[in-house]
Formats: sequence, structure tokens, C-alpha cells
Amino acid sequence: MRALSIIRAAGAETCHPWPRHILRTPDWAAMVQALPEDPDLALVALWADTLQVHALFHVVGAGRIVLASVPVEAGAYPAVSPARQGAAWFERAIHDLWGHRAEGGADLRPWLDHGTWAQAAPLSARPAAAEHASEPPTFLPPVAEGLASLPVGPVTGTLDDAFHLRLGLRGETIAQAEMRLGYLHRGIPALLRGKAPRTAARFVARLAADATVAHALAFAEAAEAAMAVTVPPRAVALRRMMLECERIAVHLDDLAAIAAAVGASSVARACETPREWLLRGLEQAFGHRLMMDCVVPGGIAAAVGPAELQALRRGIGAVSAALPDLRRRLAAGACLPRLAGLGRVSSGLAAALALGGIAGRASGRRWDARMLDGFLEYAPALERAGDAAARTRLRIAEIVASLEILARSLDFVPEGEVSVALPMVSGEGVACVESARGDVWHWLRLDHGQIAAAFPRDPGWALWPALEAALSGAAAEEMLPIARSFGLVAAGVDL
Amino acid sequence: MIGRFWKPAAAEPMPAADEETTRSLLERLDSAAQARLGRSLALLHVNGGSCGGCEMELRALRGVLYDLERFGLRFVTAPAQADVLLVTGALTRTLRVALEQAWDATPDPKWVVAVGDCAVDGGVFKGSYAILGGAGSVVPVDLTISGCPPSPLRLLSGLRALLEANARPATLRVADRRAMERRAGELRAPDDR
Ligand code: SF4
Repeated sequence: MRALSIIRAAGAETCHPWPRHILRTPDWAAMVQALPEDPDLALVALWADTLQVHALFHVVGAGRIVLASVPVEAGAYPAVSPARQGAAWFERAIHDLWGHRAEGGADLRPWLDHGTWAQAAPLSARPAAAEHASEPPTFLPPVAEGLASLPVGPVTGTLDDAFHLRLGLRGETIAQAEMRLGYLHRGIPALLRGKAPRTAARFVARLAADATVAHALAFAEAAEAAMAVTVPPRAVALRRMMLECERIAVHLDDLAAIAAAVGASSVARACETPREWLLRGLEQAFGHRLMMDCVVPGGIAAAVGPAELQALRRGIGAVSAALPDLRRRLAAGACLPRLAGLGRVSSGLAAALALGGIAGRASGRRWDARMLDGFLEYAPALERAGDAAARTRLRIAEIVASLEILARSLDFVPEGEVSVALPMVSGEGVACVESARGDVWHWLRLDHGQIAAAFPRDPGWALWPALEAALSGAAAEEMLPIARSFGLVAAGVDL
Repeated sequence: MIGRFWKPAAAEPMPAADEETTRSLLERLDSAAQARLGRSLALLHVNGGSCGGCEMELRALRGVLYDLERFGLRFVTAPAQADVLLVTGALTRTLRVALEQAWDATPDPKWVVAVGDCAVDGGVFKGSYAILGGAGSVVPVDLTISGCPPSPLRLLSGLRALLEANARPATLRVADRRAMERRAGELRAPDDR
């Protein structure tokens, strides 16, 4: 692992729990050169602050997490995208937000910035007022002659995200698929800066509603690591239970969407009903149906008493009771056979994109952030086929596993406080939490109790490129079931 | 066989439509529009920069437990079929054109409902360089439904206010109602999600 040794040889700054190595520019370039020989070193995230560009690598088999940084010199840094395809969107976003250029980058088109913002490079040291020259996004040229171009979005009328997908069709087959995101950019990284973690948590909770608990928790854990704060055991236990509840609710929502996409409306209904009972239980237990703002740095937002735990038990019980019927319907119906072979992701692509969550595990990638924290000895269910059917089966398996975790935890919630006061200290931290869609990472640096820089890495950074790849070669009419099987959300990527 | 084990849950009892909302809305609706639409509204969701929470609750509303069609409400997927635009999100600058285009493509009479705190006035994102601050910054808003996100019951009560305001004068001729019902039948959204 030559790239790894180059990183390790560089001096490090303190970042909890994993140090951040600061590479000189030539060493960073050498690291990029060595990356193709180290396919196991997966690039999870690439982001920046005003002075440096940061990379987060993960060696899945070894459970090793490595942070590396390079100073930005004359507005530029050596690109990582020639060696890691997943880096391209990050490099484009870094340019849009901080103004740093990826020297030698594979793709230099804007990404989040569609030419509409009030400021250019809003996170740079001196953001300039943007000239309002709104340009339509540019797309890659067709891969072949004679492709019919079909645009999808940003308004889809399907009760979900705004995105733009450009399909190149040859007859009924998708020959080329290109995503354009950024429509939902609300400027969250800029809103986090200069705020205390407790205040900033309100924005983090609204990065992506389907992972509001996961994002809030990863952010809180990063802040707590940076401040060397220990959270009371009761809060730790309740946070983990919220996370499992969120996972169940999102999997049911995704399963309903997948089923509806293949016309299995009775399966969709069998998902929607228990999900609604669960959300009502969550509202009674934690005060919010989606548990938004319930996890805060230092603990959880409100005390949870016996009556609340009882409501939670009822909500979870409704899902347990409905599960046999849902499984029967899935097993008996045409839903799974319809999904077989659709939207295949190879194990190689999953590794190259650092694809986590259901989508990664459906392609045999054995990685679940719950393996990291020792909270339980978690052996995630795995599939090999990498198709839409495998992703659907895994969702059911994970609902079962989450229900088991919850059943075990409900009787052993430790007594005591649910939050601690936060000190006004400086420090740096990073944390990872498994959301329903995959690994959510948060990094932040605190300066006397206030956020100096922060970056959230949503699983969507790997999921959307995986969809792009899975769509090419597919039949146009399979687009919806394939897309639904990935469970895509743009808000977390759009920031 | 399986069907025997699965009983559809009873639909929720409905809270009364909010009087205040109904009144404020009435003032903005012209009687011609009311006569034409009667008691059926086609809803088009337009994402204006949402975190996805408002969409989750709209999906729950569409789901089996809230029985939307009982109230003459249904979701459609194209502006040309819509009476009402349900706009979510703080309205990012990038989605401004999309909202304007959806509004232009929706036939008159049409209504805009700002769904969720973000769509009402930008919500927590107020002041960001990337947003305009709610649906009202670009199109005229007829009804706001606050909440982050608004619960399905709250959404339903807001939309009911829209319906009731809309159906107030009982001047709908039988022929018009027949035509409208036919139209409602044609437009009934298939399981589109
Ligand atoms: S109102 Fe709340 S739930 Fe709705 S889009 Fe805004 S932040 Fe998300």
C-alpha cells in the first residue's frame, strides 16, 4: 500500500479519533499517482476549507480510516479524480464552494453552482458578488451518433427530489445517463460556520430528512469527539434506538416506492400502513414524527420517560406485527422476479465509488458503519447479485435486524441524564454513522466552541454515480424501478 | 388467502378545517373559478429546495391511511393537469425557473400552496446566499401550511380549507358537475410513485 505509506509518512494534526495527515503538494501528487495500485483504499469524501483540501480514505477489509490534507497553493491542488472516479463531483463542488481548482481534474464543469447564487465561491476567504449570468447546465457530448436525448426533471411531480437526469436513448435502450444535481443547494456549510454546535445542529438535521437522525448523530459525535465530551449512557442508548427506528421507516418508504414502481400496489400499501403507525409512535415518544432536532450535540433534546418508551414500543410493535404479511406478499408476488437482474452494480464499481449502505452490501461490499463503533457485534446481511432484487431483499433483512436490536435495547435503557453541557473549547473531530442509505460522515473543526469549518458527507455522493452507471444499458422503461431500488436522495449531496 | 390476514385500516377522523384560513382564502378566490372547479382539486408537487421532509409527509398523506380521494383531492404529475401547486422548500435560486415554468404551464384558475416553514418564508435557511426565501418570492401564494414538516393531518386540514373556500357558492350546475366528475375520473392518478 504505497499511497497509504505516503500519507502515513506525513506529519499529522490532531483530529479525533483519527489523525489528519498534512501532505506537501508533491507528496499529495505522489499519493494520487500511487492510488491506482491500491484499489482497496476507497475515497469516501473530498472537501476543503479556506486553506487546505481534505480527503477521507477507508480500507474496508481492515477497518482502517485515514485522513489526508494538502495545502491549496495559488488557488489549486493536484486533482484526485484521475485515480478515483468518485472524486470528480467532489472536485467540482470544491471549486463551486471554496474556489480551489483541481489541477488535472477529470471534469471541471460547475456542479452545485448553476450560476444563480448571490455569491461566487461563498466559502472562500473573500466571496465575490456573483454576476447574475444564469447558464443552463452543460452536459457531456453524446457517446455515439444518433442518440435521442431525453431530459427528466427538475420538476417530476413524484413527491420527491428535484434533480435533472439526461438520458441518451438508442431506441428503447439507455445508452448514456448523466445526472445533474445541485438544485437543492441551500448553502448549509456556510450556515454552519461561526455557530455553536447546538445551534448548527438545526441545519444539519435538515440536510436530508430521510437521514435526519443519522446526520444529526454523526455531527453530534464529531463535535463531541472534538470537545472530548462523553455523552450519558441513557442518551447513547436512545440515540441508537432512534437511528434504528429511522432505518425501519426509510426502508419501508423505499420498499413502498419500489413496489409502486413495478405496479405492486398491495405491497406498497403493506409498507405504508405500518410505517405510519411507527411515525405516530415516534411522535409520541420523541416529539417529532421524523425525529428532527431530537439528537443534539451533548445528548438528546428531551427527556424520555416510561410513557414515551411505551409509545415507542407500540410503534415498533405495529411494524413487527405487519412484517409477516409484508414478507409473504413480497415472496408470493411478481415484485422480486420483476426486479431480478435490473440495475446491476458490480463489486468492482461498488468498491471504486466507496458505495456503502444497502447498495454496497447488495454488491458484496461488507461495510456497515455499525461495525465501527462496537455498539454491537454487527454482522450485516450481504448479497452478491448487486441488482434491484438484492437491494430489495436486503431492506427486508435490515428491518428484521433493526427490530431485533430495538427489542433487545428497549428493556435495557440505562437510567440517568440525557445530555451534558458543552465546553467552549477548540478541537477537531470526525464521526461516522450508518443511515438507511449508507455511511454518513461528519467532520468539523471548532474554534473556542464555534464551528470554524465543517463538512457533511452524505451517502448520496456514491449512490447517484452508481445509478448513473447502472442505468446505462438498461431498458428505458426500467428506469423508475432501478432508480427506486437505490433509494436516492439529492438533498444531502446538494448541501 | 393472504388477503384474509390483511384488513385495511380505517381512515382517520378529520379535524375541522381552520375557519381563519378558510376566510382569508375566500377573499382571494373569484366565484367563476369556484363554479368551474367545484369540489375536486388536482395537486402537483413542485420541489423548491426541500430537505425531503415535506415530501415524506405528502407521501404519507397520499398513502392509504389518509384516504385523500375521499376529499376530492388527488395528485397529478404534470402542470397541465393541475389546479394547485404544492410548493415545498426554501426556494433555491436554482429552482426559481422550474417553479416559474410550472406555474406558467398550469391552466387558470390555479392556486399555490406553500407547504412547510421553508416554503412559507425560507424557514431556517433565511438569509442564505442560495435561496430566495419561500414560494411567495416568485409566485402569488394563496395558502400557507406551516410546520417543519407539517404533519399529514395538518396538510389535509389546510387543503380542506382550500376545497371548502373553493366550493362555497352552491352554484355549480348539474351539467358542470357531471363534466367535472368525468374529468376527475380521467385524471385520477395511477399509482405514480
Ligand atoms: S419545512 Fe422543514 S421539513 Fe419541510 S423542507 Fe423545510 S426543513 Fe424540510
